[in-house]
Amino acid sequence: MSTFLGMPVAHAPRGVGHLRGDEPFPAAARTALANPQLRRNLQHATTTIRGKSGRVIAELPDWQELRAAGSALKAYTMANLPRLLEQLEEKVTAAGGVVHWAADAAEANRIVTGLVRATGEQRVIKIKSMATQEIGLNEALEDAGITPVETDLAELIVQLGDDKPSHILVPAIHRNRSEIREIFLRAMPGVDPALTDDPPALAAAARRYLRETFLTTKVAVSGANFGIAETGTLTVVESEGNGRMCLTLPDTLITVMGIEKVVPTWQDLEVFLQLLPRASTGERMNPYTSMWHGVTPGDGPQNFHLVLLDNGRSAVLADEVGRQALHCIRCSACLNVCPVYERTGGHAYGSVYPGPIGAVLSPQLTGVEDNASLPYASSLCGACFDACPVKIDIPSILVHLRNQVPHPAGEKAVMAAAAYTMDRPRLYARAQRAAKFAKLVGKRGRGLPPPLNGWSAARDLPTPPAETFRDWWRGR
Amino acid sequence: MSSKDLILGRVRSALGGHPAAPEIPRSYRRDFPPADLDVLIERLVDYKAVVHRGADVAAIVGDIIGAGTLVVPPGLPPEWLPPEALLVDVDEADGVVTGAAVAIAETGTIVLDGSPDQGRRLLTLLPDLHICVLRPEQVVASVPEAVARLDPTRPLTWISGPSATSDIELNRVEGVHGPRNLHVILLEV
Amino acid sequence: MRIALFATCLADTMFPAAAKATVRLLERLGHEVVFPEAQTCCGQMHINTGYQKEALPLVRRYVRTFEPYDVIVAPSGSCTGSIRHQHKMVANAAGDSGLAAGAEQVATRTYELSELLIDVLKVEDVGAYYPHRVTYHPTCHSLRMLRVGDRPLRLLRHVRGLDLVELPAAEQCCGFGGTFAVKNADTSTAMLADKMRHVLDTGADVCTAGDTSCLMHIGGGLSRLRTGVKTVHLAEILASTEAATV
Ligand code: SF4
Repeated sequence: MSTFLGMPVAHAPRGVGHLRGDEPFPAAARTALANPQLRRNLQHATTTIRGKSGRVIAELPDWQELRAAGSALKAYTMANLPRLLEQLEEKVTAAGGVVHWAADAAEANRIVTGLVRATGEQRVIKIKSMATQEIGLNEALEDAGITPVETDLAELIVQLGDDKPSHILVPAIHRNRSEIREIFLRAMPGVDPALTDDPPALAAAARRYLRETFLTTKVAVSGANFGIAETGTLTVVESEGNGRMCLTLPDTLITVMGIEKVVPTWQDLEVFLQLLPRASTGERMNPYTSMWHGVTPGDGPQNFHLVLLDNGRSAVLADEVGRQALHCIRCSACLNVCPVYERTGGHAYGSVYPGPIGAVLSPQLTGVEDNASLPYASSLCGACFDACPVKIDIPSILVHLRNQVPHPAGEKAVMAAAAYTMDRPRLYARAQRAAKFAKLVGKRGRGLPPPLNGWSAARDLPTPPAETFRDWWRGR
Repeated sequence: MSSKDLILGRVRSALGGHPAAPEIPRSYRRDFPPADLDVLIERLVDYKAVVHRGADVAAIVGDIIGAGTLVVPPGLPPEWLPPEALLVDVDEADGVVTGAAVAIAETGTIVLDGSPDQGRRLLTLLPDLHICVLRPEQVVASVPEAVARLDPTRPLTWISGPSATSDIELNRVEGVHGPRNLHVILLEV
Repeated sequence: MRIALFATCLADTMFPAAAKATVRLLERLGHEVVFPEAQTCCGQMHINTGYQKEALPLVRRYVRTFEPYDVIVAPSGSCTGSIRHQHKMVANAAGDSGLAAGAEQVATRTYELSELLIDVLKVEDVGAYYPHRVTYHPTCHSLRMLRVGDRPLRLLRHVRGLDLVELPAAEQCCGFGGTFAVKNADTSTAMLADKMRHVLDTGADVCTAGDTSCLMHIGGGLSRLRTGVKTVHLAEILASTEAATV
């Protein structure tokens, strides 16, 4: 990776946050694939969302033009990032907010924990936010004796179930209604024991459970979907109203935002607010979008802190091919159309960012050696690229990152030999004719050595032909 | 070195001088015909809002709220309230009546901007019923027109239907933390 | 028209029937087919596995071998996709702008079979006869890299005797993905299982596609389970006539 002006690239540090898994993707996937409940839940949910999203996207005659604009806006933003970030800081400060800069997860956690401590409060309410999941903020708060309460329904299901999120948008996508009911009955204080698995009843249980917490908690922590440099306006897009509660009721609001989430101008929202809901929940517009500008006297939190987070993003930016991954608006469309994600679910990716975008973002944030299996967690089918509302060419980034992965020695030797042979037609023709191949691999490939036996476990190899095409052509 | 300088330094290094920034192709729809109120109604209803049309707002509000209690923002036109309305504090109110800043037909969205007829954000959040009165001239066809009309320095709340979630099996279910009932009154003059 | 055939390494070595059928079909339509013998492999496997440097000589070889020809055909959507979308990138990454320019030129003259037939040769009815119940798997790279759209289906609809049945969830990947099928064999198998289920649901006795690689994968699964469903390359169907069926 090239550096300019002398600054070394800095990846997200080890030992903090949730960007690295415990085992490589193929091993984790193997476990997930064997879970029939998970398979059915994911298949049902992703099929539902694909249908919904497809229908509302088809309503817009200018979807492709909006995608083109969104993509260009993001590229423009990255090219002008230093200026836009400074502009955002200036505008937020002028509007009564306080801006903090966090070079990595540890610093962000320190800043947020310190801000909460300074209020004297022991509990915070949280709006679902990928950035705070990424840095492991909840653990940091708990270590400091502060209780974080997740208020998004899916995050609540994950938190009460002592589970991990498995989807960017719907962290509990791997749970179905009856499992959610069981989790609530087991872990939700004061829950009605007669609770059914009817989704409205489950939603109502969450409403009752959190209402008192909303009304009595004085500090909220949020992420941000967009931060407008031109005006200093912050935006959170949500559905349930838990976001509105967190952004309105407490005295203090702390927003953690990745540096790539800045948007140049107010007008640019007209693009993203059309792209995001249709690509993500498959709605024309999500139920609630909140926008705030620093502090408004007499309305909402009177203390506002914005924490701008790097944590490896600048390292991603240093890679001219890979930097597109920072264009992501976290809609999750690429997950919902991904045939790999649909079968393995999100946990197999190890990071809070699963699916196709996770497979390109996580290794770049951590450095590829720490997530070396992820660039291979794709068949390169291209469905993600087609679905992405900001046209991130995920397959090309995957292929690009595969060149940076440390390759196994045996594989390297085979690939080098293959390339050598294929660049020498006569040698190549001789190798083709070496019918020994057939004997070596046994009948239909069952004698293949590892790792090639992964193929032959479920598929026959074709019987080698009597003559190659080349030989046939010569003999015509 | 401050973290700000560190981050901005890393970003500048990563960009390597001045990378070319693309032109933004704004060839998406930007000229719209006047808003079609029927589209607005259809989209509101599709997301489970209840739509009323009429000139006598007070009577419609009275019908909706029945014997329930109400809270109202300070600048609400007094003629929108039924004379028998039971006005209480926000944390005791069954419902709230507000105006709006803008509505978007194509998405079935109403936007509040904290003006005196809408009040602070809390008012439309705690009561379980939100009655929102729209004047026809406040309705635009599209998102770009709404963005152009709104003031980004005000606290804005975009509302599309009642509170809902897609978190259970990715199906939309109405009714979580925000108001579970959204009534929109389209004022006819 | 004089058409250069890029057979692809996989068809050349393992599935010569697809390449032979391409020759027979084009000759029957009155065209001259040449096979430049310096050709080997487009380098896609290397590129997609993270061996871009090793792929460079293969890209160079492809460009050099096919530069003299005005029209080039490959019976493979994914090799054509690699030639069109990756060769220039590999050349640029190696800092060889001359090769990049050459690669771009040759790529614009390289067609996947259904593109060649419909866009260049302007023929939908190739005069084929194939009396079987057939379902068509679009393959990801034909579908999304090349955007061949319904071209293969238009060709198949004109084949006499052929009963074309629609494949459910056709646009979903079969799980091949080159080395993906080896490195992530379990996930690949799960994807294959669904693809096979859909193929079997159609009641077809033949599953066809424009890529020998995906057909090798799907066919390997169908054969292992002794389903009795065959995989046959699109070229072979289009090359069949009453006189000579495959
Ligand atoms: S990469 Fe694109 S499709 Fe995937 S979550 Fe991000 S914006 Fe959405």
